[in-house]
Amino acid sequence: MNSLTLWFHKIGSPRTFYRIAGAVAPWCYGAALALGAVGLYGGLVLAPTDYQQGDAYRIIFIHVPCAWMGLFAYIFMAANAFIALVWRIKLSEILSMASAPVGAAFTFITLVTGSLWGKPMWGTWWTWDARLTSELVLLFLYLGVIGLYHAIEDRRQAARAAGFLALIGIVNLPIVHFSVNWWNTLHQGSTVRLLGPSKIDAAMLWPLLTMALATHLYFFGSLLLRTRIGLLELDGGKDWARSIALGESHERAGARTHG
Amino acid sequence: MKSGTTFAACAALIRRDLTLIWRRRGDALNPILFALIVVALFPLALGPEPENLRRIAAGVVFVAILLAGLLALDTLFRGDYEDGSLEQLVLSPHPLSLLLACKIAVHWLTTALPLIAVAPLLGELLHQSEAVRWVLPTALLLATPLLSLIGAVCVALTVGMQRSGMLLALLVLPLYVPVLIFGAGACNAAQIGLPYAAPLLWLGAALVLALVLAPLACAAALRISLS
Repeated sequence: MNSLTLWFHKIGSPRTFYRIAGAVAPWCYGAALALGAVGLYGGLVLAPTDYQQGDAYRIIFIHVPCAWMGLFAYIFMAANAFIALVWRIKLSEILSMASAPVGAAFTFITLVTGSLWGKPMWGTWWTWDARLTSELVLLFLYLGVIGLYHAIEDRRQAARAAGFLALIGIVNLPIVHFSVNWWNTLHQGSTVRLLGPSKIDAAMLWPLLTMALATHLYFFGSLLLRTRIGLLELDGGKDWARSIALGESHERAGARTHG
Repeated sequence: MKSGTTFAACAALIRRDLTLIWRRRGDALNPILFALIVVALFPLALGPEPENLRRIAAGVVFVAILLAGLLALDTLFRGDYEDGSLEQLVLSPHPLSLLLACKIAVHWLTTALPLIAVAPLLGELLHQSEAVRWVLPTALLLATPLLSLIGAVCVALTVGMQRSGMLLALLVLPLYVPVLIFGAGACNAAQIGLPYAAPLLWLGAALVLALVLAPLACAAALRISLS
């Protein structure tokens, strides 16, 4: 076994990953908070007002990064589900299932901010536009995966079944996107389009990219913490998990006697 | 022990499934009654004006048949799971995907085909337009096997669960979206005099793809949930 494979196996073991995730997650959260603050300041204060949409366009600094993350989290989930199904890696099962609620939350935020923007711009909270519809289907796919994961008693079997559903979903997602586009263009002549990324001004672009980076970091921070809990649940009977649980209760007991 | 040929196994499975359904042939009426009632609810809710109903006729019939099929999906593996014969299928030396394809085919024949047969009647209840009369059954003929195949994969994932009805709907309906769009889209295009061949051809292409891939996926899903 060469050193790279060895390193991979080592980092993939629940015990090591638990420790590393605990060390990395606070840094992810901290960096996400700092970048988010910079990005929001840049987007909400420094960026110029749009000549057509006024200040209402500023919601894209939350909306667009969240929409990207909704897709990114789904791809991340499906890739990990694939690894889990093919190579039976326990860690990938948990990573895959841990990314589902975060991705669903991002997709939900995308839909909410989109409809908040739609009310002043389009004059309606919701319209059966192609993008909105496929985003809604994406949310349902997430909820299906989460629902299936929690409906099965055995954790590993649940992760495999839900991961399989995530893989079916990723095959279906481009088809949904294509069909919804086709459906919409058949019925509706004019569609309101979001700003094209190429047409965006540099003063608006850098806060957007900063926010995208911040949401990525937040995603990984949240993912790592969720994975830690998942690992503890799965390996609850093993020595390393027990010693952590005992250590924490000792610390708590110690704190109680001292305080 | 010597096992028979794969062809004989498939034939035996089809004969067995058909016999079981024939012995409970009253149940086969349930999806039809369900679709009939769902369609009958629309005039009650929207008012009896023929013009209004004509506009939505094809879409309503499509959705009613889709929902009836969704409710019927639950019976695909339930009986076999409860009496243990599903596990025997998984253990048999024949390719599981082929055996499952036979089961799905029988299920489609006995639940979806009767629904397609009553589709013209359902359409007439809603005063469907002349143009849709042939397009709707054609679209259903292409769409319902697709729905059965996609649904079978999701049923295989939820197979050992106690109350899987709502969850199954949550899993299946997002995957049904493209089928509904193309199927109902063909009918709507025909209704306003546009060419409707393209969506039907898309449905056909998707059906060919699903015929090959869905039984394989169904077998993989079943192995996961029976492991």
